[in-house]
Amino acid sequence: MLRLLLISLALLWGPAWALSPETAARIAAGEGDDRVAALQQAVAAGDASLAPFLRALQDGRVRLKGGQAIVVAEGQAVPADTEEPMLNNRMRREIEAALAGLDLLSPDRATRAKALATLRDDADASKLPLFERALASEPDAQLRSQLSALVAGAKLSSTDPGQRRAAATELAASADPATRALLLERMVGETDPGAKAAMQLAIDAIGSRLAWGERAQLLFSGLSLGSVLLLVALGLAITYGLMGVINMAHGELLMVGAYATYCVQQAFRAWAPGAFDYYLWLALPASFIAAALVGAAMERTVIRWLYGRPLETLLATWGISLVLMQAVRSLFGAQNVAVENPGWLSGGWALLPNLTLPYNRLAILAFAALVLVGMALLLGKTRLGLMVRGVTQNRRMAACVGVNTARVDTMAFALGSGIAGLAGCALSQIGNVGPDLGQSYIVDAFMVVVLGGVGQLAGTVYAGLGLGVLSKLLEGWQGAVLAKIALLMLLVLVIQKKPQGLFALKGRVLD
Amino acid sequence: MKRTLLVVIALGLLLVPLLHLAFPPGHVLHLSEFYVGLLGKFLCFAICALALDLIWGFGGILSLGHGLFFALGGYGMGMYLMRQIGRDGQYQADLPDFMVFLNWKTLPWHWAASDSLVAQLFLALAVPGLIAAVFGWFAFRSRIQGVYFSIITQALTVAAMLLFFRNETGFGGNNGFTDFKRIAGLSITSPGMKVALCMASAAALIACYLIARWLTQSRWGRILQAIRDAEGRVRFLGYDPVAFKLSAYVISALMCALAGILYVPQVGIINPGEMSPAASIEMAIWAAVGGRGTLLGPVLGAFFVNGTKSVFTAWWPEGWLYVLGALFIAVTLFLPAGLMGLAKRFKR
Repeated sequence: MLRLLLISLALLWGPAWALSPETAARIAAGEGDDRVAALQQAVAAGDASLAPFLRALQDGRVRLKGGQAIVVAEGQAVPADTEEPMLNNRMRREIEAALAGLDLLSPDRATRAKALATLRDDADASKLPLFERALASEPDAQLRSQLSALVAGAKLSSTDPGQRRAAATELAASADPATRALLLERMVGETDPGAKAAMQLAIDAIGSRLAWGERAQLLFSGLSLGSVLLLVALGLAITYGLMGVINMAHGELLMVGAYATYCVQQAFRAWAPGAFDYYLWLALPASFIAAALVGAAMERTVIRWLYGRPLETLLATWGISLVLMQAVRSLFGAQNVAVENPGWLSGGWALLPNLTLPYNRLAILAFAALVLVGMALLLGKTRLGLMVRGVTQNRRMAACVGVNTARVDTMAFALGSGIAGLAGCALSQIGNVGPDLGQSYIVDAFMVVVLGGVGQLAGTVYAGLGLGVLSKLLEGWQGAVLAKIALLMLLVLVIQKKPQGLFALKGRVLD
Repeated sequence: MKRTLLVVIALGLLLVPLLHLAFPPGHVLHLSEFYVGLLGKFLCFAICALALDLIWGFGGILSLGHGLFFALGGYGMGMYLMRQIGRDGQYQADLPDFMVFLNWKTLPWHWAASDSLVAQLFLALAVPGLIAAVFGWFAFRSRIQGVYFSIITQALTVAAMLLFFRNETGFGGNNGFTDFKRIAGLSITSPGMKVALCMASAAALIACYLIARWLTQSRWGRILQAIRDAEGRVRFLGYDPVAFKLSAYVISALMCALAGILYVPQVGIINPGEMSPAASIEMAIWAAVGGRGTLLGPVLGAFFVNGTKSVFTAWWPEGWLYVLGALFIAVTLFLPAGLMGLAKRFKR
């Protein structure tokens, strides 16, 4: 009561200096505990003139003269006959927390949200009155729910066990991982059995709510990885699955696509910085064409002579991959290059407190689906697709009815390579772009195609998405390296049992 | 012709210790320590190429995972060498440095035999041999052929590489084993030891060559070649291809492990990089460049490719991958029989 009186007095006392001089002096100088207590009292009172004073204190513009605190206006010289107040680390921390607390009352929503985030880690009972006042005046529903969690958190550190128990029960309604962490932390030091039980109940309740978010997150990252694998493997499904060419340079075609994206990005940066957000629309065709050209050149010069000799093809394409990698090193340097997401791909869609779906991953999921549909239409509905299928099913018969098989081979290989280029463009949006880009995907890509079975797209889709989800599940359970090893062993086992793939077409072949 | 070439090579190898030890440094005829080490390394690579040729050139099985057996042999030897460091490591502890660094107090179980050279040598051969036997039995029994076999052997070596990169498997993680000091109490850096290791590699290569020649000329070798050409027909004639392919695969793995055992003390380091798919594919190119299906070819190929590599990495390091890539392409396109085929064509 006395405090309120003092403050109302102070308000009357001067417009530029609304804080009472005694409180100001008590905050600025004296014993540490007294200063903190005075600061906390002032914060609880929630005086609007406290914030400028505290900022001045932080900036070293508060001076002491004969037990009185004087604020020096910004830019003015410091009076000579004054002392500087002591500010130790504890005091600095308290001042920061106090300022954040005061920001809770700010009219600007962004400032309040930022203050809330700052205060989450040290919500103690001393700020409770302030929080409650902010809660009463908070117009935004989202911030209000965060604030009430903060109030409950502050109550958790109350000295009254009954209030702690009530706070724990209140927090059970939250779905925020941070609240659960707070409860877990507080439970360790809890002495009252009733409050402890309430906290345990609250933790379990939040945990079960969070579990759904975590499961959804796992599923999403699995699908995301699966869509990446699918994109990488779709090109291979043509060159290997349909044409039977073991292309060890497939990974390097991804790399070509990614570097084409990089080049387009650099061109936009240099000549059309205003249109930077749209560079991907040009990068997609550019990466397709670049990789398709490299693929066509490979087919015309090397692979053409090796049809029917898969082991030789493997070695020759490995050689091509070495040359391509070294060429990129010579042209762009051995370091990774930076490919930036355009504005509309950065950020994410926050579904739950612990579930955010990044836009670039969502875009790749959609893109993989688009490429898949496009490829299915191209192979199933166009003349080129008809000829490719004809040549792969019976080369001599196709030649007899007038199909230029050599040309179709080149076109099909260029198509598969171009799709690899598109995959490379997509990969550049989620990972590093460097000369080794392709190496890290090639084993996975072969795994998808081999698991999916040769000669059809549906198997590739099942295998790609299935492998993605499975590897994320295993990763969550046993860590990334063991998950990878388990998947490689799975590949070995599958080839043992079904050398033609899990979803292979039935047939009888013997040499 | 071939026999005289072999005799010349064997005599040339005998000259190495003489040239290195008998002539003082600076003498025209002195062979420097660097070249002795390089020669020893190449001899080990030649054993690998020979091993790969035995199954690829004669059995038609292209393994892209032979780096695994090479590295396992090397790791087996490396474990013994790590224990021989004794208390001379950086931490002056009984345990190898990397274990002290990981704060381990006792040796893991798989290091039990690492104090004995004989036991460890046995393990360094037995473990790769056993892995090859088990893996090969499953693979050949399911009639996995051609490219599929290549891909699963590659998957096997990648899996092993990832495992060896982990610290807790007890193989030194990324860094592997290095800083060796001595073998059987003798300094590993002394000129005598260098020459002895180089000679041992030469002896091992000659032994492997003779074994391979005897094997390929035997009935076993003829059936193996028949399997390479038409496995189905051999099976219909009543032979079991699994037994022949499996035995060839295991012998080949053992040769590779032997090469690894001899390689590690000469090079002074072993790390999981030896298990990378690239390392294994390079072995295939040694055999292919020399000439598959001949026994001298892979030896020549290993020397030729690695010699070129040494020249290029010193003279134009960026260019080496271009040359290696071009070698892969040129040999498969224009020289399917390799250098040996070229020599034959030239003679005719």
